[in-house]
Amino acid sequence: MEDLSLHILDVAENSLRAGARWIRISIREVLEQDLLELTIEDDGKGMPPDLVRKVLDPFTTTKEDRRIGLGLPLLADAAREAGGEVTVESKPDKGTRIRATFRHGHIDRKPLGDVASTVVSLLVACPDLELEFEHRRGEEAFRFDTREVRREIHPIPVNHPEVLHWIRSTIRGGLSRIGAVDKETTHGGGSREG
Amino acid sequence: MGKLSIEDLRRIKEREMARMSLREGDHRAKITVHMGTCGIASGARKILEAFLEAVQASGTTEVLITQSGCAGLCNREPMATVEIRGEAPVKYVDLDPDKARRIFQEHVMGGKVVEDYALGRGSETTAG
Repeated sequence: MEDLSLHILDVAENSLRAGARWIRISIREVLEQDLLELTIEDDGKGMPPDLVRKVLDPFTTTKEDRRIGLGLPLLADAAREAGGEVTVESKPDKGTRIRATFRHGHIDRKPLGDVASTVVSLLVACPDLELEFEHRRGEEAFRFDTREVRREIHPIPVNHPEVLHWIRSTIRGGLSRIGAVDKETTHGGGSREG
Repeated sequence: MGKLSIEDLRRIKEREMARMSLREGDHRAKITVHMGTCGIASGARKILEAFLEAVQASGTTEVLITQSGCAGLCNREPMATVEIRGEAPVKYVDLDPDKARRIFQEHVMGGKVVEDYALGRGSETTAG
């Protein structure tokens, strides 16, 4: 994965496949602690303890557990390479919380990437999803909640192209206002792909 | 890109409510972008964005964009499937945003399969 926003998308896709109706994505930058933290929580069907224990190991994933796949091991690698780690908490029928930490200034810490595009992709997949997104950077914060959008546009669906465009622009604008965009990140338009 | 406000969202609603009343029934075409771990890692999100931009630019309300998981051909990702109502679905492989834009113009809007990027029929053999 090229950047952290793609890891977030990949992990949240697991949530959708686990039947989540609600997903909360939070990003926290604590510069004085050299910390970047991602948390992805859902209300999906969760996992039993034995599966939680092996979910970070790509080689013990069984066919029946295929919805787990390689996504979490890849995120765990990305975190480890940047001096951090991934923790998984899950309860059957309650949901799952994935937390990944990174040393913010670590040379191998992947850039955050285009989180707005990740949110839009999830809403394309699941227009009825209740998606909360929060990015905190020091004292500053940007928050986005699909429930507020839905209240304004009902009965136009959230996955209407004009609405998705509004959501993408609003999140990009909000993140750049709080200075949450990595310098090395380029937004949209280009067709550069690894 | 200027700052958008809640007012913009309300304007979108007013405009689209008027258009919605003019049409009935299902979408004429559906575009599915495959977004398993393999797809995401090889650029599927940019393909999705390219299709979304193309739909928005065309102003059509007859095309639905959605996504699905791994299609089992991870080495041909990014992939997308185009279904025109009443016709057989066509899988496109090894995509980039330019190819996606061409598929939108020629196949989704123009009705002509882009054979250059389509997964050849009969290529999914099981023979060893």
